[in-house]
Amino acid sequence: MTSRRFVPALLVVAVLAAVPLFIGASAVDKLTTLAIYMLLASMWGLMAGHAGLVSVGQQAWFGLGGYFALRLVDGGLPVWPALLAGAVGAAAAAWLLSFYVLRLKEGEFAIATWVLAEVIRIGVMLDPLVQGETGTSLLALNAVPPALRRNLGWWFALAALVLVFGATRLLLRSAVGSATRAIGEDEEAAASLGVRVMPTKRAIFVLAALGSALAGVAWLASAITFLPRSNFSVQWSVLMLFMVLVGGLRSTAGPLVGALLLFVLQELAGDFGAWYLGGLGAVAGAFALWLPQGLVGAFVQWRGRQQSVERGVPA
Amino acid sequence: MTDALVQGVLLGGYYAVLAAGLSLMFGVMRIINLAHGDLAMTGAFAVFALVEQAGWSPWVAVLAVLPAMAVLGALLQRFVLARTLRVGLLLPLLVSFGLGTLLQNGLYGLFGSQARSLADSLGPLAWASWTLPGGLVVGQLPVLTFVLAVLVLAGLQALLARTRLGRAIRAAAADPEAASLCGVDASRVHLAAAAIAVALAGLAGTLLAVRATVEPYAGPLLLIQAFEAVVIGGIGSLWGTLLGGVLLGVAQSLGALVSPHGFQLAGHLLFLAVLGARLWRQHRHGLGLPVWPMRASHRRRAGPNPLGASRQGAHP
Repeated sequence: MTSRRFVPALLVVAVLAAVPLFIGASAVDKLTTLAIYMLLASMWGLMAGHAGLVSVGQQAWFGLGGYFALRLVDGGLPVWPALLAGAVGAAAAAWLLSFYVLRLKEGEFAIATWVLAEVIRIGVMLDPLVQGETGTSLLALNAVPPALRRNLGWWFALAALVLVFGATRLLLRSAVGSATRAIGEDEEAAASLGVRVMPTKRAIFVLAALGSALAGVAWLASAITFLPRSNFSVQWSVLMLFMVLVGGLRSTAGPLVGALLLFVLQELAGDFGAWYLGGLGAVAGAFALWLPQGLVGAFVQWRGRQQSVERGVPA
Repeated sequence: MTDALVQGVLLGGYYAVLAAGLSLMFGVMRIINLAHGDLAMTGAFAVFALVEQAGWSPWVAVLAVLPAMAVLGALLQRFVLARTLRVGLLLPLLVSFGLGTLLQNGLYGLFGSQARSLADSLGPLAWASWTLPGGLVVGQLPVLTFVLAVLVLAGLQALLARTRLGRAIRAAAADPEAASLCGVDASRVHLAAAAIAVALAGLAGTLLAVRATVEPYAGPLLLIQAFEAVVIGGIGSLWGTLLGGVLLGVAQSLGALVSPHGFQLAGHLLFLAVLGARLWRQHRHGLGLPVWPMRASHRRRAGPNPLGASRQGAHP
């Protein structure tokens, strides 16, 4: 990132970090949710848009990070370091499992990641600490005063988003980035040109798992309760699909725009329950069919055409 | 133990019907339809609607719903999936995942979250059983389900092997370009395959509703189980799918003996193990090595193997 764009970015982050000074408690909670959505969407977009990996199992890392954090707190670690360590632990598990799942293609990969998420969920439910379906709570957080807890949760989510987003930008600008785009276009052609396919996909997969796990522990810190059925729910993957397809699959800003849109929709139409969720699925499918580049991609194309018209160049 | 084995085998028939449609669509169109389980639930709930609200007999309701599901499959192919085929491999996954979300939430919106079963409207058949020699008791319904599954698979096999449509489907699956050169209309073959696949999904959903309970959000688990049966049995053969379904059912029944979570867990683990074994074999073949490392070291002692080396060169 050039310093010309680095300084404004830093300013924006500083303003966002100071936001709890100016707005109410419920607004901070909502911003935290938005940051978690943005984190999830960026990670799914990184995998699907850049490396051609459609996963239906990102909830595995979202839930596993939270579970590891609960285990570490139970073992005596302070809450906030435990949350961070839990996410790193989930990323380590993803690294191990990547040797298996990354050898699978398209649909097989999609369903195998889903099955793995189910296996991990059942495994977590067998732990007496989680009490099966009942779930458990991060009770240690109740010791922190509510206002401080809320602000810490927001700063944690914001820091996670900024760090992972920065890491993604750096990764995509490095040699790994061009390798990733080559793999996304045509994996076999990339391999025949000497792109090291497996290490590149692994870097993407583990970074995406880390981001999703950070989102999961940030969610745990704001919700406090841990319910295996909802923390490991495939619903998270549905939301990621919606955000990324509507925002734009192949752009960095697309998933962020998609997350913002989902957040607004949730506020406006979340009360419609099942019909709202079904609508999300339908809209995501419609975007995939008729506007696969998403809103941001369509906007970039439209602006490109406008500019070429202004310059008098035939489009 | 024996009881669990028998129950598992009988359950396998239902899995085979569930998996056959998924396998057919993958074989012909190279689409993994992530909405397959939700389509199965749609079929089951359509039967419920006819039985509960229109007062039809369940048998008549099934006979009415299956053609309707076939039409739904053809429409789905014509207006949705055919569009995705032109663009790439990821798009069918994304679109069918979105469609599945729409279906399951739509069912929830229409029918509520309550788990239902068709067993109530079947009368005494729902709990009748036969006692086999050796004191083994089997429910009549699971046995009839299994027999029906085998008949359906045999019928499908005959359709694919003997009829003009079946030949066209097999040709399009084996080599689409050669098939179209020989005058096979790919888009009509795809319509037929999608119609059969979705009708089979509807039948499988109804079978599940008859022998157990169903609820609107059960679709994703059904999709996973169907895919597991296909992978365990090996893609490309209907009897392989039956074998895969039976192995999945047996693993689940045995797993259930160990722990209440064992039912699903054992099925998932068997699937991951079979898939892993297949990957390992591909990996070893890719390196030009035999499947088992132990035999490799044995052969290395016997000296270099020029044949193996040349094979490796021929198949990079």
